[in-house]
Amino acid sequence: MLQKIAPQTLRIIALLAVLVLITLFFTTQIEGFLSGRLFNRISSSVAIMALVATGQTLVILTRNIDLSVGSVVGFVAFAAGSMITNHPDLSPAVLLAYSAALGAGFGLINGLLVAYARVPSIIVTLATMALFRSTLVEFSDGKSITTDNLPAWLTDFPNMVVFALGQMEFRAGFCASVLVVIVAHLAMTKLRAARQLYAVGSNPEAADLAGIDAARVVLVAFVLSGVMAGLAGFMFLARFGNITVVAGMGFELKSVASAVVGGVNIFGGSGSVIGAFLGAILVDLLETGLVRWAVVSEFWREAVLGTLILAAVATDTIISRRLTKARAERAQKEALASRVAK
Amino acid sequence: MMARLKSWEGLLLATLLVIFTFNAWATPEFLTVGNQINLFQLSIEKIIMALVMTFVIINAEIDLSIGSMMGLAACAFGWMFIQGVPPGLCIVICLAIGLLGGALNGWLITSIGLPSLVVTLGTLIGFRGLARVMVEDRGINDFPDWFDALGQQGLLGPVPFALIAFVVLFVVLYIVLERSSFGRLTYVIGSNKDVAEYAGINTGRHKMVIFMASGLIAAFAGLLFAARVGAVRGDVGNGFELDVITIVLLGGVSIFGGKGTLVGTLLAILIVLNLRNGMGLLDITGHLQTGVIGILLIASVIIPRIRLGRRAEAA
Repeated sequence: MLQKIAPQTLRIIALLAVLVLITLFFTTQIEGFLSGRLFNRISSSVAIMALVATGQTLVILTRNIDLSVGSVVGFVAFAAGSMITNHPDLSPAVLLAYSAALGAGFGLINGLLVAYARVPSIIVTLATMALFRSTLVEFSDGKSITTDNLPAWLTDFPNMVVFALGQMEFRAGFCASVLVVIVAHLAMTKLRAARQLYAVGSNPEAADLAGIDAARVVLVAFVLSGVMAGLAGFMFLARFGNITVVAGMGFELKSVASAVVGGVNIFGGSGSVIGAFLGAILVDLLETGLVRWAVVSEFWREAVLGTLILAAVATDTIISRRLTKARAERAQKEALASRVAK
Repeated sequence: MMARLKSWEGLLLATLLVIFTFNAWATPEFLTVGNQINLFQLSIEKIIMALVMTFVIINAEIDLSIGSMMGLAACAFGWMFIQGVPPGLCIVICLAIGLLGGALNGWLITSIGLPSLVVTLGTLIGFRGLARVMVEDRGINDFPDWFDALGQQGLLGPVPFALIAFVVLFVVLYIVLERSSFGRLTYVIGSNKDVAEYAGINTGRHKMVIFMASGLIAAFAGLLFAARVGAVRGDVGNGFELDVITIVLLGGVSIFGGKGTLVGTLLAILIVLNLRNGMGLLDITGHLQTGVIGILLIASVIIPRIRLGRRAEAA
């Protein structure tokens, strides 16, 4: 029975089960944990992280990593903020396009260095993480963006309620982000071009022999990751309003954590956008729960997050190793049986 | 001789000389003994950790958790000190924590078979979390005078304890890497782990030793930091891993393992220190300095490839 379900589907079912278990656990521990407010809080913060995690997933699928996303989120949030402060009557679409384009530009720098100069992505993005952040510090000139200077449409956008189920408010920011995730998921599963990301990630030589331009695929993955980080920067600005030069710091680790917890293989080639989305929710749910859980101090949340990542990856590796072994044994048995039959 | 000069080390040495000469020419206070010691002292924890990171990366692994381990050791020291544990015992326990943390990394990497990038990313977050659990959002200071003095004053004339430790560690590790079978194995396993295993080498045990050493030295660096600054907070060592890895890669150690030398790392250390010190004396801010180091990091990978490409064309 279990063998008939695709491993990715199985993984998503397992993630959902873990989500439910953790929610149940905290519900028994914290009075009034399971409420509309919980949903609203988590959905607001996942709205930003889901975008970054989606971009990160695309990059990880190609056997790379993007550690510069946090700096891109920070830079774009600041740049978009100063743009709208200086030109208050700019239309929302232009500002959104500006954010995405800035992100794409940063992604292009990463992608060119990784795909064409062939510098390992961990080195490139480690360096650009520092570089983009110092560009932001120079650009900001020691100033910050404040909510007072932002137009109302921007700051109202993330909290605007699209529809509500009881106390649960589906806010515009969250809905927009979920829409992006769904589109990305459909594209990743249905589009021929998107399948090339998987091909390059699972076996670059084979992909090359099959006529796939691996360098271009990697470049596109980094540009898309930049665009996603740019959109997340826009959302960050809309949600928080007050932006300083430390905006988005730590997002790189959290997005990698979301992807890995969501079942994206760090060696590339397998994983899904929906998985990373659920991973982002899981990470946020745990953080929120631990902050409010009276038994442990809120300072435990990082320690638990680290353990969670290790546990997720360890389980994943052990299980997939077992599955591969079982499949190989079965194939061997079948081959033997068919030979005997002849 | 010419071949040596054309090597990566030769290029690093030339760069170092240019920066050093420029600094000496641009700012009169650069060459004073005080500034020269200060130059090392300000980054002493990073350069000590860079020595062990050289082994880790030559071994084709990475350890992102060292900054957090520094923080954990420093915070554990502060916490135990407040509980009234004698400082000497605190130091021993903190070093043991370093060994244990390194062993945890090593176990997950060698026994479970997880990639070191993911494992140490997880422990980077986890160790930092434990450090925060210990001190929460306080700062702990008022350490005994001898402890602060060890970090802040000269031990041999103007030379402080940490700098002596760095020199001793460099000599010991140089001998280990260049002259011992352990050093040779580090290169062999780093260039091809499978071949090393087929040759009957216990690669797991070797990697375990390296990760435990990395944890131990990171904890030691955390204690040095506590002594130098005279206080600990939850964010001690935050982000240090990036600077350390940058130095090691700039020194010519290949991220794919198997290649690199401690002399290269030492030259890279001197370049980065002189560059930062020179920029500092010229009033260039820390963030811009980090940006310059970032550019250096990328250049350090691209430049050798261009040179190699030319050589391949010539042949």
